[in-house]
Amino acid sequence: MSTATPTREHDTERPHEDDGGSPARLRRILKYGVLGVLTLLFVSPLLYMLSTAFKTTGDAASPDPQWIPDNPTTGAFEAILGNDGTPVVRWLVNSLVAAGLQSLLIVATAALAGYALARMDFAGKKWVFGIIIGTLFIPPVILLIPNYLITSRIGWLDTLAAVIVPGAAGAFGVFFMRQFFLGIPPELEEAASMDGAGRFRTFVTVVLPLSRPALVTLGMLSFLTNWNDFLWPVYVLFSPESQTLPAGLATLQNANAVRYDLLMAGAVIASAPVLVLYAAAQRFVVEGVSRAGLKG
Amino acid sequence: MTTTQTRDDASQDVRPDPARGTPGSGRRPHENRDAYLFLAPYLLLFVAFVIAPFGYGLWISLHEYDYSLPEKPWVGLDNYTGLLDGTSPYAEAFWDSMKATWIFTVLSVPLLLVLPLLVAMVMNEKFRGRNLFRAMYFAPYVLGVAVVAVLWRYLLDSNIGLVNHYLGVLGLPSDTAWLTSQPWAWISLVAVTVWWTLGFNAIIYLAALGEISPDLYEAARMDGANGWQRFVHVTLPGLRPVLLFVTSVTIIASVNMFGQSFLMTQGGPGTETRTAIYQIADTGLTNFNSGDSTAMSMIFSFFLMLVSVLVFFLFRDREPEGNRR
Repeated sequence: MSTATPTREHDTERPHEDDGGSPARLRRILKYGVLGVLTLLFVSPLLYMLSTAFKTTGDAASPDPQWIPDNPTTGAFEAILGNDGTPVVRWLVNSLVAAGLQSLLIVATAALAGYALARMDFAGKKWVFGIIIGTLFIPPVILLIPNYLITSRIGWLDTLAAVIVPGAAGAFGVFFMRQFFLGIPPELEEAASMDGAGRFRTFVTVVLPLSRPALVTLGMLSFLTNWNDFLWPVYVLFSPESQTLPAGLATLQNANAVRYDLLMAGAVIASAPVLVLYAAAQRFVVEGVSRAGLKG
Repeated sequence: MTTTQTRDDASQDVRPDPARGTPGSGRRPHENRDAYLFLAPYLLLFVAFVIAPFGYGLWISLHEYDYSLPEKPWVGLDNYTGLLDGTSPYAEAFWDSMKATWIFTVLSVPLLLVLPLLVAMVMNEKFRGRNLFRAMYFAPYVLGVAVVAVLWRYLLDSNIGLVNHYLGVLGLPSDTAWLTSQPWAWISLVAVTVWWTLGFNAIIYLAALGEISPDLYEAARMDGANGWQRFVHVTLPGLRPVLLFVTSVTIIASVNMFGQSFLMTQGGPGTETRTAIYQIADTGLTNFNSGDSTAMSMIFSFFLMLVSVLVFFLFRDREPEGNRR
């Protein structure tokens, strides 16, 4: 990624910039300088985390940084994976399952409801829509304590259902899908209904295929939101085998406040699979987030 | 929500219905039933986990809803007035936590609005490796707050942390207690939050920058506008649509800060970095004083909504350059 070769397309605006010749080069050097520093700031902490995960307890606590472990060992991983109190792999699976199921639940329910609100004409529509949208403005913390008590009464405390179902009730998805459906031309659906297809069939065979980008975006955002959620899982999941990564890492840290080799090994196990997933689907994720921003 | 008739309406609607041209011109047969069938799954969730808890929360906040009490007596507005006039045992802790939230928000929001914009502007050109850089800056967000906080607690450790080590190498003080003394605890929490979420805002800015037509820059150049003038008169107005979104999302995220201080400073030193959310969760879910806790959440939300309304009108009524530095 080193030397110049400013590429096509944007070259249209180049000529005006290098009217001095060297200012343009200076600019370019400056730009790569900034990018270099940023990259260092973003990547080196992760590399150091990886390195410490392979250190001995003593080396991890040494004030002289070792970017390459002096005595490389997988001891920290073995200690973590061998400890029933800290089943990191289980936490990882729980996290993936919870985030995956919740985003499926959100996409399915929000697409159906959003479609009814965008395209159907029914008694009470204004009220239903108004109330749903109104709750977008309620700060979620208002629901924290009552939802905890409700979840507890249903018997979901300390089960994955607690981190899947209640969080799927937010109004954002419905609003997002409704906006999307309003933007697609109704002619295709009309043609389908002329052909005798019922509402549900039209929805499944005509509307959903057209909506793939919106569904993927909503699914991705929901997944990330669930994955990043911290407060709720920390309080509703407490036994080691039911915890998700955020809650589990908090437990791990409480139990091993200064065992940085263990903590970093835990963090590596927690982040490696997501980073791999992310690297593979990077475009999707990034474009999904930016699309949501532009819509908003 | 009666499900006696299920979704085989495809077979029932088979009769073509020529009278139905454009949607909205009268109802189709079964339109009510169909619509509520479509809505049913979501409404079930919505009623159970949004509407019901909302009402329940209000009700709880009017009671002495202590876990240990066999009955939960009605106390009217006492939970609220106690917090407001300082007679509640939680009043001091609560207002301290509101102050902590305020400090964090004021420190973090400007940085989270400006720094990602700068990054996005550097990246708003085609160059080799652009996608790679973009992906890299977004990566911390994907890791989640727990990994990020655990990692930075290590790097910021006052004795063995990398940060102090390299400050020492540069000849700067190398014994700063980043997480256990002020103002460093706030600075650390803000910096880590920026590290964690910069990429999120930057990506949204970057997409918005890409939507601004190069012709506008061209025209501004023709008129002799310099870089700063182009930024003020082309870039900022062009960003206006996302600016409201980014600002609200950022304020809401900062005001709800919890994980960073829970994991990195445990609310310390003392309780100085214990945010309102932290206090509410601790009161309601650790000490099980639900009445006080829900009253706190209502008061907190009242302020948050006030801020949201303010932000909304700031962006609606004024030119963006009017209220930006």
